[in-house]
Amino acid sequence: MNAHSSVSNETFDCRVAFSEKLIALAEADPRIVAVCNDSVGSSNLNAFRDRFPDRLINVGIAEQNMVGVAAGLANAGFIPFVCAAGPFLSGRATEQVKADVAYSNYGIVLCAMSPGMAYGELGPTHHSIEDLSWMRAIDNLDVLVPADPEQTKAAMDWAVASGRPIYMRVGRHKVPSVTPADRETAFTFGKIDVTGDGNDVALVATGTLVSRAIEAQAILAAEGILARVLNVSTIKPLDAETIIKAAKETKGLVVAEEGVLEGGLGAAVSMTLSENHPAKAKFLGVTSFAPTGSNDFLLEHFGLTAKGIADAARKLVG
Amino acid sequence: MRRKTGGDAVTISVWPDNKPLDVAAIRDLPEGERAEQLKLVAKQVRRLIVQMIDTARAGHIGGDLSVTDALVTAAFGVLNISPETADDPGRDRLILSKGHCAAALYSVLALRGFFPVDDLETFMKPLSKLNGHPNRLKVKGVEANTGPLGHGLPIGVGSAVASKLSGKNWQTFVFTGDGELQEGSNWEAAMTAAHRKLDNLVVIVDRNRLQQGARTEDTASLDPLPEKWASFGWEVAEIDGNDTAALLKAFTQNRNGKPLAVIANTLKGKGVSFIEDRVEWHHKVPSKEQVELALKELA
Repeated sequence: MNAHSSVSNETFDCRVAFSEKLIALAEADPRIVAVCNDSVGSSNLNAFRDRFPDRLINVGIAEQNMVGVAAGLANAGFIPFVCAAGPFLSGRATEQVKADVAYSNYGIVLCAMSPGMAYGELGPTHHSIEDLSWMRAIDNLDVLVPADPEQTKAAMDWAVASGRPIYMRVGRHKVPSVTPADRETAFTFGKIDVTGDGNDVALVATGTLVSRAIEAQAILAAEGILARVLNVSTIKPLDAETIIKAAKETKGLVVAEEGVLEGGLGAAVSMTLSENHPAKAKFLGVTSFAPTGSNDFLLEHFGLTAKGIADAARKLVG
Repeated sequence: MRRKTGGDAVTISVWPDNKPLDVAAIRDLPEGERAEQLKLVAKQVRRLIVQMIDTARAGHIGGDLSVTDALVTAAFGVLNISPETADDPGRDRLILSKGHCAAALYSVLALRGFFPVDDLETFMKPLSKLNGHPNRLKVKGVEANTGPLGHGLPIGVGSAVASKLSGKNWQTFVFTGDGELQEGSNWEAAMTAAHRKLDNLVVIVDRNRLQQGARTEDTASLDPLPEKWASFGWEVAEIDGNDTAALLKAFTQNRNGKPLAVIANTLKGKGVSFIEDRVEWHHKVPSKEQVELALKELA
């Protein structure tokens, strides 16, 4: 078994990798522009602005306009990276995402900064926990959740090369690297990255929950329960094959995400299982508007921890 | 365009001689002559609209007929748009934000040769490319997938920014309804356009004073509308929006380094007496007898 026995203590804000990569992409490709809603600082675009002042289009606090402007730029052949806090991008501009981006089939990368409960104490108005459900419901829109800096960068490469309409979470909550050293690429579109080959239980996680699932894998291994971890970095389209294989080869699946359970990753996995290989599963997510607290506190509050994942796995196996 | 009514094939004459119009010729005419030719084109477009709506037994006849003159003047008299340049990065962009008036846009595009005029008879039929609201992936010449209101102007701002960034300097014309201006996204875009001094952007407000359910001023009043745009930092022209000469003049006027808002005062249902300025004709479909009457008035 080649599982990580633990994850590194060193953690990263994926926005840093995002910012570096965006500048590198823009250096190489004059079509790349950034469009934002007064979020130059929170989207970590200061360096981009300094390097390419004309190619940062800050429309002000106006998310509907922001996404529409991106569509106009895409109409002219530009590749816009639309950068805004996740709750406002996904919630305020949903109809523009649907009509102007997905239905219009434009190569636009909608970058949801600081998703999940990254804004902690700022409260539920600023939490982006419904975004995966809302965005999954839109046809012709790929939904990506890179789990670490390496995946973030590789997903951006893919986004530019593909020319697809894309919604991508860019994490603010610091996470360790979860990309195994032996991978050729940190991100493969539409493919789940599997760590370990345990046949007792499958731990299916996305984004901030991936490193926690790897920790849970180690906890369970110490008790003789062998798990595999499925890092789902493409939420849509979902890699059904890997999900079904895990269902066939294990006694059940734990699915964990920093988002609501209605319509997110868990719902996608559930439908895949029901249609192809019904299996026992437990779904962990954000089950109510959050109380006041930091991102870490809130993940703990909702049981979105290594311990929470391990507890759920034990119940499935036992 | 042929359509079948009760088993009879009816041929709709296309001006002139059943052929697409030579738009290049119209654009090169002196202004006065151009306005006269545009009037003829507008009449032809109105005939097509009435017949499309009759064939589909659906559509938005009131707004189609009010915006026709502005659409025709821009498409045939001012802008560089043609089937030959449909994929040219430097082409002008015509964006119909009031997407429910797709019949007017389709008629203009068909007469301009983007697709056969005969295709208009498939309007809103199962699997037709001519959906009730336009789709750029299905119809060449359509620049934006509109329908939900308040989407066209932000897209137009993006196009105008792209025009300046790329140095290709094309014009972007966005056609909005007046009721549509109740959507806040328009004013978000209006601020961005003025802030960025987008003098290559024109919004044409089809000011027919009626929205789906009532008069605009009885719903959520827009007046004083020219002052609103001016206060947002736009150059403003208020004209008779059913007058091709006035439209030509406004579309080519000095913009003083600002985006231009043309408040086109129009009559909803213009050209058909019993439809003009009546709220119930937002998307009412005329009876067969009314169609004949309308076509007679538009002869």
